[in-house]
Amino acid sequence: MRDVAVISFSQLLVDKAEANDAELVMPVVREALGRAGLQKQDIGFTCSGSSDFLTGMPFSFVGALDAVGPWPPIEESHVEMDGAWALYEAWVRLQHGDIDTALVYAFGRSTLGPIEDILALQLDPYYEAPMWPDATSLAALQARALLDSGRLSDSDKKKATAEPPKIVDGAAAVVLASGDRARKLCSRPAFISGIDHRIESHLLGVRDLSHSVSTEIAAKHAGCFEKSPTFAELHAPYSAQELILCDALKLDKQVTINPSGGAQNNNAVMVAGLIRIGEAATRVSNREADCALAHASSGPCLQQNLICMLEARA
Amino acid sequence: MNRCAVIGIGQTKHAQKRADVSIAGLVREAALAALADAELTFSDIDAVVIGKAPDTFEGVMMPELYLATALGAVGKPMMRVHTAGSVGGSTALVAAHLVQAGVHQRVLTVAFEKQSESEAMWALSPKFPFQPPLLAGAGGYFAPIIRAYMMRSDAPSDVGLQVAVKDRLSALKNPYAHLQMSDITLEMVRNSPMLWDPIRYLETCPSSDGACAMILGDDQAAKRALRPPAWIRGGAMRSEPTMFSGRNLVDPQAGRDCAADLYRQAGITNPRREIDVAEIYVPFSWFEPMWLENLGFAERNQGWRLTMDGTTALNGDLPINPSGGVMATNPIGASGMLRFAEAALQVRGLAGDHQIDGARIAMGHAFGGGSQFFAMWIVGSEPN
Repeated sequence: MRDVAVISFSQLLVDKAEANDAELVMPVVREALGRAGLQKQDIGFTCSGSSDFLTGMPFSFVGALDAVGPWPPIEESHVEMDGAWALYEAWVRLQHGDIDTALVYAFGRSTLGPIEDILALQLDPYYEAPMWPDATSLAALQARALLDSGRLSDSDKKKATAEPPKIVDGAAAVVLASGDRARKLCSRPAFISGIDHRIESHLLGVRDLSHSVSTEIAAKHAGCFEKSPTFAELHAPYSAQELILCDALKLDKQVTINPSGGAQNNNAVMVAGLIRIGEAATRVSNREADCALAHASSGPCLQQNLICMLEARA
Repeated sequence: MNRCAVIGIGQTKHAQKRADVSIAGLVREAALAALADAELTFSDIDAVVIGKAPDTFEGVMMPELYLATALGAVGKPMMRVHTAGSVGGSTALVAAHLVQAGVHQRVLTVAFEKQSESEAMWALSPKFPFQPPLLAGAGGYFAPIIRAYMMRSDAPSDVGLQVAVKDRLSALKNPYAHLQMSDITLEMVRNSPMLWDPIRYLETCPSSDGACAMILGDDQAAKRALRPPAWIRGGAMRSEPTMFSGRNLVDPQAGRDCAADLYRQAGITNPRREIDVAEIYVPFSWFEPMWLENLGFAERNQGWRLTMDGTTALNGDLPINPSGGVMATNPIGASGMLRFAEAALQVRGLAGDHQIDGARIAMGHAFGGGSQFFAMWIVGSEPN
């Protein structure tokens, strides 16, 4: 695989945005490009992540693209997923070798509606969604499964809760660059040594909710178990999920979890996963770590998970 | 960059309402057909890339989560693309990127829309900032653009009628097509109600339930395939701003740039001569001549001549939409992938009754939003 690195990151988290999507995205795009010393016309590929159900209108990504000012026309794509998967798509595109830079951004105004209920619409539309189980109730089922597994120490049992996360509005942007270009643009790029994502069944009843099988598979394919990260940024809106993830990732007590504060304190839906990658990369770039792990999640009870390993290179 | 080929294609029977299947049943029908065509099973697939237009069309948020099981994606990577109406094309390109990057060997890509689950007209009437809400669906947005084309090009007023009839007659040769109107005539189209002047009822696409799936594979996978592969010779995406005074809505720069990039990759210098057949996204009849110009098949303001002189007919020199196109079948999120898949069927020689004899190079084209998003590919019976 071609060397690709995170060379800059910007995020904006607010309790309630007094701005539309484009106005949220504009400052983070400007700051991320500025930190990389790039202008929009220097970018080879642009990819974003968001969900229409947050804004409550179709095509919300269309308006947000105006924040980039795509004129002359640009090569651009969008995933209806957390921005971490937009970063994955951009990483794949950079492997082709014909371009050296990519801009990734994500946005979400989660506070516009009752997000706990809105997330119920991710469930099976015939058998589950009509019952409107809210996100926290589902997370509580997962916490219960973990408690019942008998695997937890007494101190961890206290952490196995499903307190609702603090929901915020936000946007984030990351600039990726390949090999030499990354080294030219950034004094210490955070190279992606491995990145992978996996999904599980949508049927909660067929999953062992106390284990995150998809995290384990993604971690294996991202080369996580051969590395020793100093930090792990985990996208766990609920504290019980953090325990499940640490277990799946085999993280020992030496690894500092969520030095940024994590998604429990600032859950910007659709953005929080990309922020984890940006936060981990920043700690590599500013020499706090030689290796860091970032994780992103999607769907109820950690249904889909992405692992991104970041490291400094000579 | 690794080579990538289409080694399996499947689509559902498209209809106004597929009440016989759930959303999962619909996508699975297309996926199983594509796997059967490739003589593979879900266990041969490394990753799944799914696309559809806005989630509000079915009221399911990020439905890839719910569809992972139906598409055999459990334990695998699964991605969900959404780039407006161009999404079916973009989804195929994102899937191809995975193979071309060397990340995967075989990728299943699926696009769908089950429009009968809701009323797309309202979902297509979003309120844009600084604009009065049109509440008139896509037709309300595109009608003035078509009027502008008619005025600029001085085209005869019946060009749109010709396309409407031609595509519905072609659809009669495609057993999967939604509209099967054996009695269609120019008079019938002319006398149909005016919905959004100058767009008449029979000059618009239908609203369909349907899905399309393809298996994309690398060199080795293509070598092992029993049926002929369609080699991807080029693929490109372009986007431009929604609101910008410098835009040319009739002949968008993003479309021109996308085609130029595509032709450069495929080594095409004269698309009119070198491309044997094209499946292009024509949601309203007049978009055929407009896109013929935007794609470089005709000079500016001259595209309508190719429609009127029969060049774009099934038996013409440059058949456009032999499958019946979007004018006969429009599950919005899948419409772009259907164009890509139909182009691939042509160069594989597997298009059935609407096969164009000797098709070796074909184009698949999709656009979305208010003509600011484009995705295209060129496939060939041989690799580049």
